[in-house]
Amino acid sequence: MTAPLVEMRNISISFGGVRAVDDVSIDLQPGEVVGLLGHNGAGKSTLIKILSGAYQADKGEILIDGKVADIKSSRDARDHRIETIYQNLALADNLDACANLFLGREMTSMGLLDEPAMEAAARKVIGRLNPNFKKYHAPVSALSGGQRQSVAIARAVHFDARILIMDEPTAALGVQETKMVAELIQQLKREGIGIFLISHDLHDVFDLSDRLSVMKNGKLVGTVRTQDVTKDDVLGMIILGKQPGAAAA
Amino acid sequence: MNSVRSIFSRLEIDERLLGMILCLVGIWIGFHLLSDGRFITPRNLYNLSLQTASVAIMAIGMVLIIIIRQIDLSVGSMLGVTAMIIGVIQTFWLPQILGGGHPLIMVIAVVCGITIGAALGGLNGLMIGYLGVPSFVVTLGGLLIWRGCAWWVTQGQTVAPLDENFTLLGGGVYGTIGETASWICAIVAAVVIAFAAHRRRRRHISFGFPVRPAWAEIAVVVAQCALPLGFAAIMNAYEMPAVAAQKLAEAKGWDIPEGGIHIFMGIPIPVLILVALAIGVSLLLNKTRFGRYVFAMGGNLEAAERAGINVKRMTVWVFVLMGALVGVSAIVASARLQSAGNSIGQLDELRVIAAAVIGGCTLAGGAGTISGAILGAIVIQSLQSGMSLLGYDASLQNIVTGLVLVLAVYIDRLYQQRRPG
Ligand SMILES: Nc1ncnc2c1ncn2[C@@H]1O[C@H](COP(=O)(O)OP(=O)(O)OP(=O)(O)O)[C@@H](O)[C@H]1O
Ligand SMILES: [Mg+2]
Repeated sequence: MTAPLVEMRNISISFGGVRAVDDVSIDLQPGEVVGLLGHNGAGKSTLIKILSGAYQADKGEILIDGKVADIKSSRDARDHRIETIYQNLALADNLDACANLFLGREMTSMGLLDEPAMEAAARKVIGRLNPNFKKYHAPVSALSGGQRQSVAIARAVHFDARILIMDEPTAALGVQETKMVAELIQQLKREGIGIFLISHDLHDVFDLSDRLSVMKNGKLVGTVRTQDVTKDDVLGMIILGKQPGAAAA
Repeated sequence: MNSVRSIFSRLEIDERLLGMILCLVGIWIGFHLLSDGRFITPRNLYNLSLQTASVAIMAIGMVLIIIIRQIDLSVGSMLGVTAMIIGVIQTFWLPQILGGGHPLIMVIAVVCGITIGAALGGLNGLMIGYLGVPSFVVTLGGLLIWRGCAWWVTQGQTVAPLDENFTLLGGGVYGTIGETASWICAIVAAVVIAFAAHRRRRRHISFGFPVRPAWAEIAVVVAQCALPLGFAAIMNAYEMPAVAAQKLAEAKGWDIPEGGIHIFMGIPIPVLILVALAIGVSLLLNKTRFGRYVFAMGGNLEAAERAGINVKRMTVWVFVLMGALVGVSAIVASARLQSAGNSIGQLDELRVIAAAVIGGCTLAGGAGTISGAILGAIVIQSLQSGMSLLGYDASLQNIVTGLVLVLAVYIDRLYQQRRPG
């Protein structure tokens, strides 16, 4: 078997006295969706922020394609083609969709921003994800939750992510838009992108994920193959913090 | 109202800017009527533009500071200490080395002014960006520290007279670029405006984006071109006082025709400096990555950081830019007064912040324009000049300026709340 796309080994991090993540190991294959589950404050976002360069682990290492990767900043993460869609959307409210999509990676010609070229590219990628999207020139504060989500996802898609981290991608969305995101995840998966999906909606995660990793109080309860377990098994893992007898993967 | 608005949005006209221009025109006409026709004259507008330059130059930098959600209360004091130091350099030191009146004196003084300003600004930026001290505190400290230092440079003595070439930068009687050059500048500006609009339109069409109707495009370009041409016309209508003209002609060895020589002033140098800086920093703010990051930092600092922007370093650079502009202001202000006293620039921080805020910067960050801030500076200076023309003293000028500041922000708020979408 080839090396996994991502492997996070024995990761720990503390904030003050709190061990937010305690000796957690997870991994991800190309074209695979791994759901990350757990109660509020279980440490899911923190674990994932270590992969996206927002935090640095106190202990443990990250391997990408089997090689140790030193991820110190969001720039480093990007260089490894890791893109993140954050729980509280990381958009600058006063800028428009196009500016947000290219934030930190603007197209320029002769040192000046190439707005038309960026707009054309933005229209192409956002239009593909969300054909109803029209407000290219309004500040994103004037967009709906789903429209903002489209912008955030478009950012990851446009820059050719290999590893996509989605932290509660549907938390702010209606039914229709949630379905859209789900379809999108399927599509990205078919393109061979590995996805870490964090969500509180067990049904969503169950339908979309190949494997599930459950966390509780900063520790990994266990990782199971979705096809081997029932929703009740998983609920048990989340609530009791115990792995169901036979289902270990 | 709504139909007017939709026309504006169709034409992509900045309603706020238009509103400010109308306000300014109203203020001018009001003073003109009240002063029996003494306000809108070439002479008064020439002086108004000179008086505005120093505050307006600093307001350019303050726009960026406020956009990234910081504040700089130390600009007036930084101006003071910078002006004192370059005053001493050009009056006491350099003449001993180079000999009085040497052309290099001005160059060295200018370079020193900008460098000192940038260094002081950088110091602010380092403490705010890297040490995490709030900008309000750092620059409030700076307000006191640098004003104290300004006194210290000469133990409170006023430095005068300044170098003759240097004082040209303040736009005195000879501190202009003259009639012909003024026309040339204005025409070049108009051509550039028209060309840029044409290029932009062509590019938008080639990408298939919507563009303004052609008549509207032409109307907007004509209005924009009218600004430099009109300004040059007014400045060229101001005749140099006869004595000064006589002296200039003699110095240059020109023939003096019968009935005396008539020389027209043209655009004053400090205004040219202001315009050049405004265009340069506007480009930086609206057309480069640096500017994009400035806005992003004001909109969502965390998002900016996650997008890989080094927000600490950006903070330092924004304050360095502010400091460099303060340096330029120190040059212009002391050159205009032809002296440097330790109270120079006092209370300028308030005028500068007021100009930026009247011009549409919100202290919550993320929004602001340079053209707005300059208009804000012109509004403030118009109120002060107009009232002193009418014989009101400084206390009333302050009261009115303060009221206008609060009123402007209040009206802006109302307007923003009613805004659809
Ligand atoms: N920057 C921080 N400073 C201090 N404590 C933190 C910080 N970030 C997270 N924590 C703590 O670490 C723990 C894990 O938080 P985390 O955000 O990872 O939880 P989560 O599993 O994502 O929860 P949720 O489902 O609510 O998003 C919590 O106890 C939280 O209070
Ligand atoms: Mg979370």
